[in-house]
Amino acid sequence: MATLRDAKIGETVTVKRLNGEGAVKRRLMDMGLTKGVDVTVRKVAPLGDPIEVTVRGYELSLRKADAEKIDV
Amino acid sequence: MEIKIALAGNPNCGKTTLFNLLTGSNQFVGNWPGVTVEKKEGRLKSDKNVIITDLPGIYSLSPYTPEEVVARNYLIDERPDAILNIIDGTNLERNLYLTTQLAELGIPMICAVNMIDVVRKNGDTINTEQLSKRLGCAVCEISALKGTGIKETADLAVKTAQSGEKMIPQHSFCGCVEHALAHIEEAFLHDLPAEQQRWYAVKIFERDGKVLEKLNIPEDTLSHIENDIADCEKEMDDDAESIITNERYIYIAELIKECFKKKKKGGLTISDKIDRIITNRFLALPIFAVVMIIVYYISWTSVGTLLTDWTNDGLFGDGWHLFGNGSAQYEQAQDNFAAENIFTDEVKATVEQAVDADVIGAAEILDAIDGGAFADFDEAYGSYGEELAACGYDISGIVDPAVETMNDTIDPADYGVWVPGIPVLVETGLDNINCVEWLKRLIVDGIIGGVGAVLGFVPQMLVLFIFLAFLEACGYMARVAFVMDRIFRRFGLSGKSFIPMLIGSGCGVPGVMASRTIENERDRRMTIMTTTFIPCGAKMPIIALIAAALFHGAWWLAPSAYFIGVAAIIVSGIMLKKTKMFAGDPAPFVMELPAYHLPTFGNVMRSMWERGSSFIKKAGTIILLSSIFIWAGSSFGWTDGVFGFSTEMELANSILGKIGSAICWIFAPLGFGEPTAAVATIMGLVAKEEVVGVFGVLDFVAMTSLAGYSFLVFNLLCAPCFAAIGAIRREMNSAKWTWFAIGYQCCFAYAVSLMIYQFGLLFTGNVNVLGLIFALAVFAFIVYMLARPYRENVKLSKKKTLKV
Repeated sequence: MATLRDAKIGETVTVKRLNGEGAVKRRLMDMGLTKGVDVTVRKVAPLGDPIEVTVRGYELSLRKADAEKIDV
Repeated sequence: MEIKIALAGNPNCGKTTLFNLLTGSNQFVGNWPGVTVEKKEGRLKSDKNVIITDLPGIYSLSPYTPEEVVARNYLIDERPDAILNIIDGTNLERNLYLTTQLAELGIPMICAVNMIDVVRKNGDTINTEQLSKRLGCAVCEISALKGTGIKETADLAVKTAQSGEKMIPQHSFCGCVEHALAHIEEAFLHDLPAEQQRWYAVKIFERDGKVLEKLNIPEDTLSHIENDIADCEKEMDDDAESIITNERYIYIAELIKECFKKKKKGGLTISDKIDRIITNRFLALPIFAVVMIIVYYISWTSVGTLLTDWTNDGLFGDGWHLFGNGSAQYEQAQDNFAAENIFTDEVKATVEQAVDADVIGAAEILDAIDGGAFADFDEAYGSYGEELAACGYDISGIVDPAVETMNDTIDPADYGVWVPGIPVLVETGLDNINCVEWLKRLIVDGIIGGVGAVLGFVPQMLVLFIFLAFLEACGYMARVAFVMDRIFRRFGLSGKSFIPMLIGSGCGVPGVMASRTIENERDRRMTIMTTTFIPCGAKMPIIALIAAALFHGAWWLAPSAYFIGVAAIIVSGIMLKKTKMFAGDPAPFVMELPAYHLPTFGNVMRSMWERGSSFIKKAGTIILLSSIFIWAGSSFGWTDGVFGFSTEMELANSILGKIGSAICWIFAPLGFGEPTAAVATIMGLVAKEEVVGVFGVLDFVAMTSLAGYSFLVFNLLCAPCFAAIGAIRREMNSAKWTWFAIGYQCCFAYAVSLMIYQFGLLFTGNVNVLGLIFALAVFAFIVYMLARPYRENVKLSKKKTLKV
């Protein structure tokens, strides 16, 4: 199963499922990363982590470790 | 009757700007009890009976961040008369998510769509009429930045509050969720007022720990409810919390389709273009470095220093020339006088002899004489004059009377408008009314000295706060976190921790205050605790003194101090994040990168002033009280066995001196168990440079260089000065955390010095068996803490079912 972590820069993917539990998952969902939403990967930080994505019309940054929990 | 209105909205939605517009200067800034979250209240400009509470910027009403908990507790427990929900029109979708949650609270609500000017400029349209119909509350359009629509919104909010029309949420969840919610309401919530039932029902469905704890539901009801929830989860193939979140966004997507029309356009927005450069793979770090250098340079070396020198030497010193007119001529006159009467051949010859004899500090005095500036000479002579005399190269016979004559004949007032400093003015005033000596010294040295110590930090700090406010408001601070996160998160810190630490290398006080830009409470606390490990400006004299006295001015001493500081931060970060104190909330780094925009002048200035004044008020009291305490401790003591006050009190005979001799055994394992070292360490609490004042160079002669280094390290790492402690207290907003921070710093300093001294002894062949065992134990403990695997807190990340 591909995750958001594997998505390439410039690629737009659709969220299929969020794994994990509790605070981190809730936070990701609160920020709009829910089932069925389109996410575009914008860039990777200069040091290789975190990444920046566009979701629901705004820019969001998240760590690769958290992006890994999002199936696309 | 008073009306309470709460401002609620996402971070970066323009809430603060609107709050400032509504309340003007009628604001009270404080903290929410027990957390480091800022609380702001104010009265409506046009109607003083209306109290507006600015809730922290939040994305949701989840129980996971202190901001969200504070906001929802306020809304549930205080039940304001109305909620004014601010929605960023340029980011409608995510902003409406919070709106759907606020609507369930059953509190009268109106929505204000902010940044409507930007929305229109982009060519997008928001159908507020339709939005209002679908949400079930009034919706108005405003632009906080341009100031349009503010008055109408305020009037509407007051009217809504007065009418008391309870908000009825218009959205519904899917069938099985609604079914479960109805069951919950029926089973347990029917005693609550009708409008509050919905919110509690949703929270119970989400298994919200904080709500469950509060409601204390009986066991059998709980298991009954749990069955409903579990059924629902099975049907939807997701956990309850996610089901609710998903449903909300599905509803919002519908709303957006109806009410929002985006003008299709390719190309990038201005913000995108800026971001392409600023967070560019190759340019991001250089740009960051340049920004930091500018901030550091302006607040520490140019404008900031100028202002601080004036506060310390002028306002709270002897005095100053108005606008600096005449200062140069005055100094010239002093230099001329000194060249003739102080820098005589005899003085020069004596000092040269001292240099040849390798007397510490003689070279500095000689340099100053050769340079010809009296001010430099005065400073060097003040530091090393006594050592020279003690080694038999006494120049005070010529210098002291000459300086006295100079002060009598050359009056600064002759060279320009001379404004005397506050201590001078007060002292003259007290002399005129024949005040008792001890009271005069208490007022001048204790109180005014203490006030000066507080205010001395303020100018530099204000300059720094302007930068911070600007960087935060324009959106760059979020990018700093984005760029630096990878390095800092390993040590339990945030990418934004870099800024407090950089500032801390100048002075720890604004460094600690700068930690306010970090949103996550855990990262913020960690930053506050470790920032003062970085050697600040006031620790430089200690390093210089030890380098001169024991290491023949070795160049590597200062770099090693910075190295130890950085290492202390890293080691502490890794150790502390595994302790119980920090095990609390896991810290997801899921952060919005807001669009860049130019902040308004007013907002930047206001933010600067709020931070500055909160330092003066909160930290100031602690600093002032401790200065008075230290003044009393060093001025009262035993002269010839009789207790009393004396201006000439020898430190060793004073109360502080006695305390020093009583506790000095504690430092014996570190190699400096002498009263002077103990007193110097206590005085270091007033200001780190005071250590040098207590500890004349001669006191070091008896010390080995190993003990000296251990002493240096202890003073670098232990509790910072009272000013910084005051700042820590201010930012932690909790006595418990302040004591924890200071206690940790002292213990850590002790541990490091112990290891340095005992392992040092081992290498030099003078083993102290007991000490070595102790040091090895400490070493083993630190290695264990570093190597111990780190697990994110299990308690919160694992959802329990409702079964008891």
